[in-house]
Amino acid sequence: MSLRRWLDRAHSVPGAPSVRGIGVTGREWTDIARDVAVAGGRLLSLWGSNTDAAGAAVYAAFLLDEGALIAELPISTGEQTTHYAGLESLFPAASRMQRALFDLHGLRSSDPDRRGWLHHDSEYEFLRVSGDGVHEIPVGPVHAGIIEPGHFRFSVVGEKVLKLEQRLGYTHKDIERRFTQLPILQGHRLAARVSGDSAVAFSWSYCQALEGMSECAVPPRAAWLRAAFLELERIANHLGDLGALGNDAGFAFGLAQFSRLKEQLLRATDHAFGERYLMNAVVPGGTRADIAPAAAVTLSECIGAVAREARVLHGIYEEHAGLRDRFMDAGRLATDLARQLGVLGLAGRASGQSLDLRIDCPCVPYGDLAPAKIVHEAGDVAARVAVRFDELQESCRLVGRILDALPPGPHLATIEAPAADSFGAGLIEGWRGPVFVALEAGPEGSIRRCHPHDPSWQNWPALEHAIIGNIVPDFPLINKSFNLSYSGHDL
Amino acid sequence: MLKTLRKIGSIGIVTEPAPAADELLRVRAALSEKIRTILGRALCIRHVDAGSCNGCELEIHALNNPLYNIEALGIRFVASPRHADLLLVTGPVTTNMETALRRTYQAIPDPKLVVAIGDCGCTGGIFGEGGASRGRVANVIPVDVAVPGCPPAPRQILSGILTALSRAGRHS
Ligand code: SF4
Repeated sequence: MSLRRWLDRAHSVPGAPSVRGIGVTGREWTDIARDVAVAGGRLLSLWGSNTDAAGAAVYAAFLLDEGALIAELPISTGEQTTHYAGLESLFPAASRMQRALFDLHGLRSSDPDRRGWLHHDSEYEFLRVSGDGVHEIPVGPVHAGIIEPGHFRFSVVGEKVLKLEQRLGYTHKDIERRFTQLPILQGHRLAARVSGDSAVAFSWSYCQALEGMSECAVPPRAAWLRAAFLELERIANHLGDLGALGNDAGFAFGLAQFSRLKEQLLRATDHAFGERYLMNAVVPGGTRADIAPAAAVTLSECIGAVAREARVLHGIYEEHAGLRDRFMDAGRLATDLARQLGVLGLAGRASGQSLDLRIDCPCVPYGDLAPAKIVHEAGDVAARVAVRFDELQESCRLVGRILDALPPGPHLATIEAPAADSFGAGLIEGWRGPVFVALEAGPEGSIRRCHPHDPSWQNWPALEHAIIGNIVPDFPLINKSFNLSYSGHDL
Repeated sequence: MLKTLRKIGSIGIVTEPAPAADELLRVRAALSEKIRTILGRALCIRHVDAGSCNGCELEIHALNNPLYNIEALGIRFVASPRHADLLLVTGPVTTNMETALRRTYQAIPDPKLVVAIGDCGCTGGIFGEGGASRGRVANVIPVDVAVPGCPPAPRQILSGILTALSRAGRHS
């Protein structure tokens, strides 16, 4: 049956534009998921709750052409061995989310994979590959480099990877629980630190949900400033990655140049907004700081210079035979597979998945800004590099436009804590992909529940596929080309 | 190739002078003169993320950019704890990382230094202590110098590293 019947029944959810919610029965839970899958929709997030105060429920958020749809399934907890139907056969990415949900809330899906995911209290059984000459290489959780911790188990023949299995959860800090200890008007600070490289995306997403629930009208100037923050975050991350990718392919020049540009950008950001990384920039009701006219000019000039230099470096990367050789065909994720796996964001757009919330489901001011959508088809490291180069230019253009056309007026509105039991959702296209926050208010300005979701949940499993058939020494390069979050995923 | 060389030539050397050590960051007694001589001016650092949000990592990375150019000071990041003199730890220590952190610490040959980075490393930061977080780094391994900030800027991190190496009371 079509999606229409669900959408007609659903109510609108405050926060991000075009989010709807619907309460479902156990049977409808699977029906709705199937209808979404048939219509080509994606699973955005799956989470749950189990508290004395609010009872138990599981939630699935889907991404459709029409926006997002959140299904809520109330659960009666008891002695049963299975509490709800797993969605992993329709959406493979659901599996890890269901395992995490069990770790966090004790609610069990029908998923046959019952291994713990975020909790590491029992021995982990890796899937074994056997055969002539197959051996295993375990790596991590501490890696050789300045990166986040996680464990990778490679099954290889010679240098060729037959299988990679990831074991994540090392940075699990019980963030969902931590949220419930904070006042709802302070939760944005924790949201910004779910994944520090996506601080703006998460804090904006959180505030979007909160402001919807509190019926707070965000001043236009604040919305435009937030967009500038989000694009600066995208530029900073892309600059960092483009340098690191050059370096991982043996071109240290790339790292030196891009890291210099990134430093210039961070200093200009600091000068304009008082911090190098915008960890505290988005606050409920607007933005922490405004920008002085003189600082806007300086920032604009810096962005112009970054764009110009990046264009020259793009030419150098393209012409460099060694880089092309390492980038092309490495870690290929085919379009079909990317669709099946529900890959999101930058990695999705490098594998032909045309989804960018800034364009497909725009919040203010993206309707006015009209960013260009950047999609490449090849799905290899080269394509993920190309998406970054193109998006970098586009984001520089957007920041320039925003600084030119900033609406006058205040950058902050007053906001009150929302009523108890209210529910809202935030949805922002961060540099990695869609960042989603589901927020529910408790009494007296408290948080009953907050679920932040990073697109890395969807994209980590895709990396397991992309590496197959490549050689182990190419893993760092391929891994970097995805650059997924551990902290944002481990919660 | 020509473009690459031209770029290198046109940028020149952009490295800035290093910051001073800062005694306020020190939490344990300074190294003895003898050990400082052993470590000399070549310091090897092993970094462990014990549960950070990845914000601190971004600023540690910046130390390698041409403006801070940490290698020019004789300081290098190494891949194995067995090659390291100093352990740089970020994040509140998660329960899932506690063992890995202890093992990494043990694998570093004596004498060794530990610098905790960021509000999380100093106090547990916004994640606090309890549940899946063991809180500050000093709850798990001995810490010599702690650098606050969320995240601390590269100059502060560098200053923390230099403090760990410096003679007590020389700069304050
Ligand atoms: S100190 Fe701040 S930036 Fe560093 S890990 Fe903690 S929350 Fe992230």
